[in-house]
Amino acid sequence: MQLGELALNVRSKNAGPYWVTIDVFCGSESVYTHLQKLLSLDYVASIYQQPEDKIKRFELPDLHVLKFSFPRTIVQGSRFDRDMHGAQYSVLLSELEISPP
Amino acid sequence: MSTRVLVPSGVLGLGFDRDALARGVTLKPDIICIDGGSTDSGPYSLGTGTSKYSRAGCKAEWRELMKAREALQVPLVISSCGTCGSDGMVDWMFDITQELAIELNQSIKVALLYSEQSPDSIVERIQSSACHALEPAFSLNESLVKECTHIVALAGAEHMAHALQSGADIILTGRATDTAAICALPIMRGEHVGAAWHGAKIAECGALCSTNPTSGVIMLEVDEHGFSVQPMATDARCTPHSVSAHMLYENSDPFLLHEPGGTLDVTQAHYEQSDERTVRVMGSQWHKATKYTVKLEAARRTGYQCTIMAVIRDAHYVANAQAWINRLSEFLDKEISTSMSLDRTDYSLEFRLIGIDSVLGVLENKSGNPTEVGVLGIITASSESLTEEIAKLINPFLLHYPLTDNESLPTFAFPYSPAHSHRGALYEFCMNHTIELENPMDAFQLEIRQAGINATG
Repeated sequence: MQLGELALNVRSKNAGPYWVTIDVFCGSESVYTHLQKLLSLDYVASIYQQPEDKIKRFELPDLHVLKFSFPRTIVQGSRFDRDMHGAQYSVLLSELEISPP
Repeated sequence: MSTRVLVPSGVLGLGFDRDALARGVTLKPDIICIDGGSTDSGPYSLGTGTSKYSRAGCKAEWRELMKAREALQVPLVISSCGTCGSDGMVDWMFDITQELAIELNQSIKVALLYSEQSPDSIVERIQSSACHALEPAFSLNESLVKECTHIVALAGAEHMAHALQSGADIILTGRATDTAAICALPIMRGEHVGAAWHGAKIAECGALCSTNPTSGVIMLEVDEHGFSVQPMATDARCTPHSVSAHMLYENSDPFLLHEPGGTLDVTQAHYEQSDERTVRVMGSQWHKATKYTVKLEAARRTGYQCTIMAVIRDAHYVANAQAWINRLSEFLDKEISTSMSLDRTDYSLEFRLIGIDSVLGVLENKSGNPTEVGVLGIITASSESLTEEIAKLINPFLLHYPLTDNESLPTFAFPYSPAHSHRGALYEFCMNHTIELENPMDAFQLEIRQAGINATG
């Protein structure tokens, strides 16, 4: 199954012109525990082709949320930017093929 | 004691539920605050010093808020006027306010807070080591600073307090942090500082922190211990989840938010449903910084752009779109070099294959079987005429170039005539820095004007 089918919501957005941030709303304790193991920092860094020391990973157990932030490789709105709001980056996580918990 | 802040929506121009606003008015807020700014849509607004939203739309909504203010006799604040918060956009908002004051038969005192910075002043601050890079860090030099068309500093609660102390009915501000206007009055009245900043962050996008984001209007109530937030639309609710989730929104760090003069820390914050539609939050902390800094935003022009588009429906070409565009690009670079004597550094020509990977580019990991592919050619160069020359030169090849030498010439679909479209100047954000200020007002100016009937100008 795809991660997006299991999680409540996966979204991404710019955090200012120089950062993009991705929120994975797991929706339950069991999904959170499952995805917490799966979405390691190095795995997510590889999906977004980021050096591991550039990506920040946050765990919010109360909210059942995992959050990832990294500097935009291409600054928002500059010549080669393809996604002004950074809102489509999230599909790379929501479309991940994963095993059910 | 508590302080109530009515926030009609996340931004002026986005619309709000008029009934919800009326309901908010009946709850007697102490201030009405709305934001007018954003970097969401990219550098164009700041680069040109113009509003993203229409004047007519902003005026229609501002009319409702000016009527609400007149009824309540409390301050009305709009921060980051005209999307970018340039000085010109503060004046633009004053013109709208002046027109409405006459139409509504109001006589009002208006405070205008300007936050635009001259390139020279920034160069001086760089030289005196009072300008610091934020992550991801890059350095500034004099020539880059002087290329900026607009540089703005983001005002904080201190600047808003200064404007409020003038006793103005309406406050129009240049660029400010999203939270500054909302937290200023609660802080001035001695409410909990951490709660004021945290509540402001939750309220800054209006009803986005509720179950019905499009209803717009919310009420924030800050007291000495914490804050409560409640949507004004009767069909909306705030829940601990909807409220706490908003702290993640557009923030690279979900626990810390850096603001002028300090940092909001919500690590210990606790969210609780206090009635069916209201959430109560306690435990937010404010860590005052040792030095007072404000963040800068700046944009500069980096060239001009022209686009050209072709659409491929021929299955053979659709299946080989990437190979075709690679071959075409190589050919066109030679053509441009030969015919126009241009070096690769004088221009850029990029093709994005819509239907293949135009959004994610090198990150795309899926391949499908599209029916058609849009080929968006983006030409960037130092002048508009140069981009047009390149567009005209590549036009016949984008229309007819074959995949291999041994096949008949294809003809793709151009959706319009001419096939190219000018995009005008291209801007880019070029500062991610803060400046240190001895006194918060050092880089800002406050002006008081009278508007409406009996205004002397």
